[in-house]
Amino acid sequence: MADETPKPSELLSNIDYRPPAKQWMDVPVNIRKGMYCYAANPKSVEYLGLPNARAWNPTDEDWKLPENWQQILHEGFKERLEKFRSIKVFMDICVRCGACADKCHFFIGTGDPKNMPVLRAELLRSVYRNDFTLMGKLLGRFAGARPMTIDVLKEWWYYLFQCTECRRCSLYCPYGIDTAEITMFGRELINLLGLNIDWIATPVANCYRTGNHLGIQPHAFKDMIDFFVDDIEEITGVRMEPNFNKKGADILFITPSGDVFADPGTYTCMGYLMLFHFLKEKYGLDVTWSTYASEGGNFGSFTSHEVMKRLNAKMYLEARRLGVKWILGGECGHMWRVINQYMDTMNGPADFLEVPVNPITGTRFENAASTKMVHIAEFTADLIKHGKLDLKPERNDNKILTFHDSCNPARGMGMFDEPRYVIQNVANHFYDMPANTIREQTFCCGSGSGLNAGENMEERMAGGLPRANAVKYVHEKHGVNMLACVCAIDRAALPTSMAYWVPEVQVTGMTELVANALVLPGEQERTTDLRGEPLPGMEEADE
Amino acid sequence: MNKFYLSSLLAVFVLALIAWAGGPALPWLFGIVLPYAAVILFVVGVIRKVMGWSRSAVPFAIPTTGGQQRSMPWINQNKIDNPSTKFGVFIRMALEILTFRSLFRNTRIKMTEEGRFSYNLELFLWIGALAFHYAFLATLVRHLRFFLEPVPLCIKAIETIDSFFRFEISYDAIQFGLPGVYISGIVLFAAVSYLFLRRLLISKVRYISLAQDYFPLFLIMGIAFTGILMRYFTKVEIAAIKDLTMSLVTFKALAFNVPQGIGPLFYIHLILVCTLLAYFPFSKLMHMGGIFLSPTRNMTANTREVRHVNPWNYPVKVHTYEAYENEFREKMIEAGLPVDKMPDESTAEEEKE
Repeated sequence: MADETPKPSELLSNIDYRPPAKQWMDVPVNIRKGMYCYAANPKSVEYLGLPNARAWNPTDEDWKLPENWQQILHEGFKERLEKFRSIKVFMDICVRCGACADKCHFFIGTGDPKNMPVLRAELLRSVYRNDFTLMGKLLGRFAGARPMTIDVLKEWWYYLFQCTECRRCSLYCPYGIDTAEITMFGRELINLLGLNIDWIATPVANCYRTGNHLGIQPHAFKDMIDFFVDDIEEITGVRMEPNFNKKGADILFITPSGDVFADPGTYTCMGYLMLFHFLKEKYGLDVTWSTYASEGGNFGSFTSHEVMKRLNAKMYLEARRLGVKWILGGECGHMWRVINQYMDTMNGPADFLEVPVNPITGTRFENAASTKMVHIAEFTADLIKHGKLDLKPERNDNKILTFHDSCNPARGMGMFDEPRYVIQNVANHFYDMPANTIREQTFCCGSGSGLNAGENMEERMAGGLPRANAVKYVHEKHGVNMLACVCAIDRAALPTSMAYWVPEVQVTGMTELVANALVLPGEQERTTDLRGEPLPGMEEADE
Repeated sequence: MNKFYLSSLLAVFVLALIAWAGGPALPWLFGIVLPYAAVILFVVGVIRKVMGWSRSAVPFAIPTTGGQQRSMPWINQNKIDNPSTKFGVFIRMALEILTFRSLFRNTRIKMTEEGRFSYNLELFLWIGALAFHYAFLATLVRHLRFFLEPVPLCIKAIETIDSFFRFEISYDAIQFGLPGVYISGIVLFAAVSYLFLRRLLISKVRYISLAQDYFPLFLIMGIAFTGILMRYFTKVEIAAIKDLTMSLVTFKALAFNVPQGIGPLFYIHLILVCTLLAYFPFSKLMHMGGIFLSPTRNMTANTREVRHVNPWNYPVKVHTYEAYENEFREKMIEAGLPVDKMPDESTAEEEKE
């Protein structure tokens, strides 16, 4: 963590919800260190063939924009008003009632009024009124209109990357105005000028080339999984042989590459391997991984709809090439927003796949009948419900758990009970956080939508405050020491946020918990969990 | 105090002044031309706006899911907030439009000194908004009595219910009484005042408020205020007004004969109403129509079950498996990963090309 990041107590005491005296259009943007991400590496932008690749620096006066940048934005805006009814309606109908104002984690954590969802949208609306409405043209500022200037553009950029597209505000809006939609649209516009951030642009370029955000090449991907196989063997005494790029497998499994790469996601990844091994040994289910489609996440969705589609295409292409029956998706947040609400429309119809049926339980996943992709939490819940897994939940007894609903599976899908059902069946101590902070009202981890970089640590910790605060509550009340989630960005972001706000709490994926409890055929007596920590009652044996 | 609020207030005063001075002098302009023009602007403006929205594509199904999805049969779906059927969407929309359901979720954040946050249900905005809209609706319906002859029974019934409250003092010394007091009018004025005050007094809301947020509030406040004045305090020539309104709806007004004796207060009332109508399609008041078209609310959340078609979906450049394998083939073979083409085949093919 950067040394300049303020301490938690400083960050808290800096929060001031009183807005400045000046009208917001008169308050210039201040691009502050710790609150923004570095500019995109031009090589990454170029690799994808996106416009205006160049080296530039957000804190420089000159952003090296193309000469006709205002025209590019105006025409881009105009085109998208016709292509997206959502944008057109959302630009017109906000009444500025303020219901969304204190719903945003960035507003709660920073007190910056331009992080009120309504004002974030007004940054764009003000230009919309100026360029496209009669009132704006006639009355100018009295109609809330302002022309596009370099300062406005900088303000857009700064605040479009202080939104994690979590949709919490859209839940409370009486008209359903969705800031995620506005942010996606805004980012798409500024990408026309090459104004992406590197934490998004480079993963996207990597994903395009190697199949995953981290740029792991196929052989290295296999190596990393093989490491997990070794670790699992050490802990359980069982050797497993995962399939890669296997034609004719029953199911293609796709999960975020973050789980292959960094703790604690790696334990969740080991969990997948163990679950699939169990299903193979016991029921003969054949699951394959793919190195080509080795990324569930889609940072393209933080860039533009087109790039989202370009990255997402690999899932169906690979499923078709391998001839699997359907696709199983791992634990990831925005990946599931894309799968649930975009994939079929963008790259479907997937008529070469079958309606997903769990061959072990016979359950037909009607809710995935067209997209043909099932969430691992749905799949595992179904297995447990039918008693198909051999579980020893007491192995998780030293973990006092709570569950963080990730924004996208929450408000872009509605998956609340499946993961809770799984967790409560593989562990004995579970306490939900307060009602206004979970399920559809859940708070973002603070680092979603491509903002989990290192240089914007203050922004991330501020954004993570409401979530961490609710964790702290259950930690103090029930002794919660483990925060479960179903999202790879959560697993990358929440450990940092917990270390900062509630250091006593660790982060785990759902499937890690499943694997800890899962009794593999022929396993030795386990003394540790997947992290190498002694199992409850085995503390002695460890020494 | 800020200039947005003052300029809006000033605009409404100027309008009132114009009507006060001009109405009695040019009754055909203020009593006939103006209302017709306003209604035409309203109707044409609203239709154009809604058509404009409808013309835009709905490329993706993006409902905000506010409850448990439909998944396995043993998991209880929230059929309203995460509707997987058209009927569910209908109920969701009906609740949204008739009861402002999303606003009913509203919470207010509180931070204690120890840095603990709480989020408590905060329903004042919901109550204020409901009171305002329903009072407005009731007032509007009541006013139909000016445009229909004979006055239909249902409208008379609504009036009776609305005015169940009576205020009379009948001592020998003072004899004072008001005609049946319309609750709707009082509530409308109170609610619109509340909405204005919260805009002015809650710092966050004041910060986001624009002139166009104050202007309609002042207009409506003015309309309600002049209406109340006319009904309870300064008597206006109600029969003459009804003659005018009836001639407007029956198009007899085109003869430009405005009945005599209509006071300036009525013209103030009328100009504010006309301004509201004419302003409506060009303003945020179009939220009335927009709510019906909001994709996060009016779409079915069965997005994995039924494919939504994007009318402008176009092919994009993708990195194919073939290109991927061509780049990494050697390494894949070395790692024992299956490949589609062995090196000799693929080089042979490349040579062919």
